[in-house]
Order: sequence, then structure tokens, then C-alpha cells
Amino acid sequence: MGANEPSVVGQSVRRKEDLRFLTGAGQYTDDVTMAQQTHAYFLRSPHAHANIRAIDTTKAKAASGVVGVFTGADLTGVNGLPCGWLITGTDGKPMNEPPHPVLAQGKVRYVGDAVALVVAESLAQAKDAAELIDVDYDVLPAVVNCVAALKPGAPQIHEQAPGNKCYTWALGDKAAVDAAFAKAAHVTKLDIVNNRLIPNAIEPRAAVASYSRGDDAYTLYVTSQNPHVERLLMTAFVLGLPEHKVRVIAPDVGGGFGSKIYLYAEETAMVWASKKVNRPIKWVAERSESFITDAHGRDHVTHAELALDKDGKFLALRVLTTANMGAYLSTFASCIPTILYATLLAGQYTTPAIYCEVTASFTNTVPVDAYRGAGRPEATYVVERIVHQAAAEMGIAQDDLRRRNFIRSFPYQTPVALCYDIGNYDATLDGAMQTADVKGFDARKAESAKRGKLRGIGYASYIEACGLAPSNVAGALGARAGLFEAGEVRVHPTGSVTVFTGSHSHGQGHETTFAQIVAARLGLPVDNVDVVHGDTGRVPFGMGTYGSRSLSVGGTAIVKALDRIVAKGKKIAAHLLEAAETDIEFKDGKFTVAGTDRSKTFGEVALCAYVPHNFPLDKLEPGLNETAFYDPTNFTYPAGTHICEVEIDPDTGVVEVARFTACDDFGNIVNPMIVDGQVHGGVGQGIGQALLEHCVYDADSGQLLTGSYMDYAMPRADDLPSFNVSTRVTPCTHNPLGAKGCGEAGAIGAPAAMMNAVMDALASSGVKHLDMPASPQRVWAALQTARA
Amino acid sequence: MAVTLSLTVNGKPVTASVEARTLLVDLLRNHLGLTGTHVGCDTAQCGACTVHMDGRAVKACNVLAAQANGTKVLTIEGLAAADGTLHPMQAAFKECHGLQCGFCTTGMVMSAIDLVNRHPKADEATIRAELEGNLCRCTGYHNIVKAVAQGAAAMAK
Repeated sequence: MGANEPSVVGQSVRRKEDLRFLTGAGQYTDDVTMAQQTHAYFLRSPHAHANIRAIDTTKAKAASGVVGVFTGADLTGVNGLPCGWLITGTDGKPMNEPPHPVLAQGKVRYVGDAVALVVAESLAQAKDAAELIDVDYDVLPAVVNCVAALKPGAPQIHEQAPGNKCYTWALGDKAAVDAAFAKAAHVTKLDIVNNRLIPNAIEPRAAVASYSRGDDAYTLYVTSQNPHVERLLMTAFVLGLPEHKVRVIAPDVGGGFGSKIYLYAEETAMVWASKKVNRPIKWVAERSESFITDAHGRDHVTHAELALDKDGKFLALRVLTTANMGAYLSTFASCIPTILYATLLAGQYTTPAIYCEVTASFTNTVPVDAYRGAGRPEATYVVERIVHQAAAEMGIAQDDLRRRNFIRSFPYQTPVALCYDIGNYDATLDGAMQTADVKGFDARKAESAKRGKLRGIGYASYIEACGLAPSNVAGALGARAGLFEAGEVRVHPTGSVTVFTGSHSHGQGHETTFAQIVAARLGLPVDNVDVVHGDTGRVPFGMGTYGSRSLSVGGTAIVKALDRIVAKGKKIAAHLLEAAETDIEFKDGKFTVAGTDRSKTFGEVALCAYVPHNFPLDKLEPGLNETAFYDPTNFTYPAGTHICEVEIDPDTGVVEVARFTACDDFGNIVNPMIVDGQVHGGVGQGIGQALLEHCVYDADSGQLLTGSYMDYAMPRADDLPSFNVSTRVTPCTHNPLGAKGCGEAGAIGAPAAMMNAVMDALASSGVKHLDMPASPQRVWAALQTARA
Repeated sequence: MAVTLSLTVNGKPVTASVEARTLLVDLLRNHLGLTGTHVGCDTAQCGACTVHMDGRAVKACNVLAAQANGTKVLTIEGLAAADGTLHPMQAAFKECHGLQCGFCTTGMVMSAIDLVNRHPKADEATIRAELEGNLCRCTGYHNIVKAVAQGAAAMAK
């Protein structure tokens, strides 16, 4: 923003969207009801791995209220669901990309794999009819662990992926890393598991698909973070429909966290079926169904080694990771443990040589894809846990070892492809240490000890690459889509404004943040600006919301459109004021002839644009409506330090999060209240991963054991403390807002900070290693083993 | 088997004939069009469907519509004053940024009011313990806890 705009930017404006949410007037997909609506129910595989010998739908089709029953055999001319990112392996070959059928074709590969779609007048009738479908399964052995899947003799899941391998991929200079290790004074080694998570947005996925015979067009309401991407993938890659004949609307969406990025089988089958039955079809996932169909997150097994010199300078990092893809490649699955993971392994440090090798495997589990942070929490977890362990082994203070290795000169080219434009890692470490009262830790630890409790403190100095992404860079790395964003600023004749953005808000508050940007720039009250998102029928083609990209990419597209509005407004004002265009200044909502008191308000100029009686029609088109597309030139690099303090009861193994402090650098901030809220939520999910959450499959049967809120430990209010959050600012250098993104930071920094605190608390008891989640059972068992 | 019900919803008399297995949440959402009450799970854990029945918070996914016969039900739609003035708890959630995606919010607000009715001077630990039956995935609960405390103070005035 310009320096002299008096602005609502930087203010904690209360959210415009809250009134409807607080009064029950939100419009979520399940709230959409259409005339003649039918209901869908998906019959799913109860087996993790089985051949389908035969499916008999005769009785189901004859059941009361049934409108249609469809299986994979009916979907002639329908392709499989595509993967949006091609990874090329170390062997120079493209990844193995087996078909991902919309409905099972002769085989099921995980518990929950969709086998048949039943459409009926009521949901109860659809469910009853589904029970009458006779599927003859030939059950096969299953494998759920990503390492076990790669072993000789493991059950073979896809013909097209021998040995269940999707790819082995590598980044970095292996020879340089080997050489650095050969001369290291100290080597720290770590074997860790990044536990599998289930996203659990509180709104289950849902869709309402309808077909209009009159204009041969479809409308899909769906819980999506990116309706244009959803439409493009569905029409062009799967159903072969003309894109302009499908309107995708993602109305109010109740949280996403990545899980609503992807094109799923359900809505795809429903759009196809809506024409067959010529009725609208609604489907809402039951929570049990969400557990076995929403793409899961994380699930890495990693061996890492850090080489240091005698002074604690990092010489090299070697990381070998196995990543679980699940049964099929979800939309962006392949790029998460590669492009969004290995590139982050430099962290905040000057480590000169890094080598990372990743093998991705198929298993008989739900597909795995991006979940809040997506690759970056996994990278931070590796780097920050090994740094913690190295500091402990070498007897160097945690903050000191980090400072000895901080990057302080920018731009900084890492050995793993990224070029950090700016940052100040000392500032966020200092800020976090101050707020966390690190100086008082020893006294608190002594006080805990008096009560028989073990207290520990842990640090995580993380970095993330956000603002996805420069399309040409992403394309060179295998992306099959662009990653720009679109924004349209429509000024109405009376001077109020509607903004159309390709970003999508599912909790992030864009309706307020984006309105603040526009109001500040045009000198309008925030209430005079409304923001529209989530509708391919109203919004220009945009890429949606994920990867903390909305403000830095989507917001910049709006700024670019505003630039054009102001430039055109100056031309109109120059005409009205009979002055040279170069003499017109725009400030505080007024176009003024420089050095005079002659001016026109923004509203007067807007009216003139639409009632062009006195208008330079020979030089300028009427109207005041501008669209811009913005493709970033680099990633943005939010960074910060999180410090966690835990207290452990050694008798029970219960870990209490006593304090949590985050000091983050997100660049310039538009709405501090919303930014703090994003950090709170991310930290809540990060602590959830470290303390509670764990998706567990039975190793033999492949059944999901944590398939409900009774079994999967979601963080509840009494599991978490209040958080101390603050920010430091180094503005991003390559977008006009100076913004970096804040949506994922909490989930990236918190797991490592918390587990390092647990390791610190348990160190004096001799515990050498623990994986997430630090459940009472695991902590207690580790203490018993260490004492034995 | 159909059952006929008479109850009061948000101050208005309602009669309905529904299948005996109909849940209260289905009656509200699908028969009465009160879609502010949300369904987030199938095990009575998430609390998104929380409404008040005769002044007490209940999870509407865990109550049969038939059980609500003769009761007074209050949903999120009936909370604000007729002129649109927000209930102090709604206002506190807005002021404290106690909501993000809004999906758990309606149930969270109904639970919070019930909590304050039972514990007018609840401290942070009590608020956190009492919200155990309402899941939120967006906020980390930080601002919800603040909002409930602020809402409680406003309700006491």
C-alpha cells in the first residue's frame, strides 16, 4: 500500500461475514435444497483390498424409491481422477500413475473405496437399496504401512506400479553431502515417523449436482477450496464436458485445511449421474464416511543425519524419506513429499549441502494429500528435531546453536532450489524467547520438580514457502496447472464496489481482509465494499485457496486491478477537471489537481464512467470495471520461532502444554485479529498432531481403527492452553502488499516445538526417542523402558 | 410409522407429522428449514447441532423429534432480538473473533449460553472443561474461550 493512505489496512476490523454465521444464516452446501431433489448414497468397500468378481444391482434397482443405481461398469467414457503434478524419478522416468476410477473397476484398494452410487427419493431409501446390492468380493492380503508396502512379497496393489512404488525422487548434491559428512566433527542421527492425520474440517464434504436439459448445462454446489480447479479437472480430464456448461459453486465452506482442494469421486459421479436421472442429487458425507474418504495427511517415515563442525556449524544434511500415497494418487499427492518438502530442508540455516531422497509408495489406505502445511510441517519436523538433538548432544544451548547457523544475508539461495528474498530470524527468535520468558524457565522447572513433574522447553525455528506459486517454476517442476490468481474490481455507478476473487474463504475472512485493501486504496468505508468468491459463474478463472496464498497472490491480483481503476479514474478526472492526467493525484477518495483545491470524489468519477455525458469517449471506454491476473515471481517465505513448554506427570505419562509462544514474520499484515486467529488455529492443529491425533490402520485387515471422534483424538478446548502470539515484520520484497501468508505457520512450527519440549522434559530420565503423538501410554512406556 | 408432534420452536407453535425415527436435527433442518443447526458428526461428539430444549443445551442429533413433543426448542435463528440485535454471546463471538468458518459456531454459541446459565462466573478452566462437547477445528479455541468469558460478563449486566 502507498505510504500516505490513511488506512483501514493494519486494523483489526471485525469480520463482515460473522453476522450471517452467528445467526444461522450461513449457506453451506447441505443447506442447499433444490426442487425435485434426490439423495445419493455410496456403497463402499468394506475390504482394504479385494477383487470384485461380480456386482448384482437387480434387487436394489427394484427397491422402493430408487431412481438409479450405478457402478463402474456404467461409467463408459468416463476417465479416472487425474493427478495434478508429475514427479520425475531419479531414474529419469515419470512416476507410476495408476488409474483412479471414479467407481471401482473390478478391484477395490482401500476400505471406503466407492463401489456403487445409489440415487433415491430419500436418503433412507438410498441406504436401504444399497444394502440389497450384492458384491462378490475375492478378498486379498492388504498392506497399510508405507515401508512395508515396498518390501519384496508385499501385496501388489496396482498393475501399473510394480513393487507398489510410485517414484523415488531426489534433490540436492549427494556427492557434496557425502564429502561434508566425511570431515564432520559430529554427526547427529534421527529416525522419526510423521504420524498420519485426518483433516476433520467440522463441515463434512457435501455436494448437490443438477442438470438442466433446457440448456444442457450442469450446476454443482460443492465443499471446495478451489471451484475453478474442481471444474477444470472434472470437465476436461474426467467427464469430457465443455467447461462453460458446468457451473461450480462453493458457497460457505466449513473449513478445509487442504482436504477440500481435491477433485473427489463423489461429486464427479454425481454430476455424471445428474444427467442420467435428470434430477438434482444431494450427498452429504456422514462423519464416519469422512474418516474413510477425505484425503489424509502426513504419514512419512524418515531417517535423517546432520553433520556439524566442532563449533556447531551445520555442514550437511542427509534425509531419506518414505511417504505414503495411499491407494491412489489424490489431486496433488505427488508434490507434497517432494516439491513442498525437500525444498524446505534448509530451514532458517546456512547448511551448505543438503541431499534428500524420497520414495513414495502405494498402500491399501485412503489417498494422502496436502493437509495444513503440506510437506512443510514434515520438513520443519525433521530439521528442528535433529537440530534440537544435535544441540543436546553437543551441549550447546538451543537458541545458541540456531543462531550460529541462521541465514542473515538476503536474498539467499539455498542448496535445495529456493531463493529466500528476505527474513530476520534473530528477530523472531528474540521475540519468542522474550514472550516465553525463557529466563524464568529454570525456576519453573524447579517448581515442577518439587511437585514430582518433569518440565521441558522446546524450540522450532521454521520456514515455509508460501504464495504458491510462480507458474513457470511450478511447471518446470511438474505442475500440470498454473498457480496465478484472478481479481476483478467492479465499481458501481454510485461508487460502491463489488470485488470478485478467485481465492476462496472457508474461514480465513477474505470478505473482510480484501474489503479492507480495497476500501483503503479507494478511500471508501469498508461497508461499501463486498467480496464475492466461490462461484465459477460469477468470478474470473482463479486457482483458489491453499498454501497460504490468498493475500499474497489473490490480494495482489486485486491490487493490480485497483491500480487500473485508479489509473482510469485519473483519466476521467483529468477530463472533468480540464487538467493534464499527469497532474491528477488520487488520495483519500479524491482525484485532485496537484497543488490546487480542485477535485472530484471517487463517487463522482464512478458516476461519470457510467453516465458518460461529459466523458472523453474518443479516448476512453465508459465503465469502471477492471480484472487482473497476478502470477508471483517467487514464493514468499514466512518464518518464525515457536517455543513450547510442557509439564509431564511421570506416573501417568500425561503431557500438559503449559505454555505456547509463537513469534512469526508474515510480512505486512492487513488485519492483525484475523492473523492471530489463523496462528491460534494452526497451533491448535499442530499441538493436536504432537499430543493427540493419530490415524491408525490395522496392519493385517487394513481396517481404519480410528474412524470416529470416539477413537480419533481431536483437540478439545480442555486439551489446549491459551497461546502467546506476536509478529515481527520484514515485508515481502516481490508483491505490492509486502505480504507472505499466515495460514499454515501454526501447524508447521508447533509439532516440532512441542515434541522438542517433550524430549527436553524426558532427557533427564534417559529417554532418547519418541514419536508423535506423545500420548500418555507412549510417554509412560518410554519412561519405563528408559528406567529398565 | 408416523408421529404427530406439537412443540414451540423459537417462540412459535409448530405441528409436524414425521417418521418415528426422525431426529430433532432433521425436524429442524429438513422439515422446518432452520438450517443454522449443523450436523458435523454421527456420534454426538462435535456439538455443531446443539440447541436448547426447555432451556437446556441438547445435541439435536441425539434426540428424537418425538422426544421434543411438548417442549420449547430454541435454535440459533431464535437467539437475536426481533429487531436483529445480537444476543450478548453472539456479539462477544464477533468482537473476540471467536469464529472462523462458522460451521461449529452456531452450536458453540448455544453451548456457551447454557454454560453461562449454569456457571455465571466461569473461569478459563471451567469454560474449557464445559466446552469439551463442542469441536472446533479453526480457532484452537483461544478466541472462543475469550468470547465466552466476555459473553458471560455481558449476560450478567
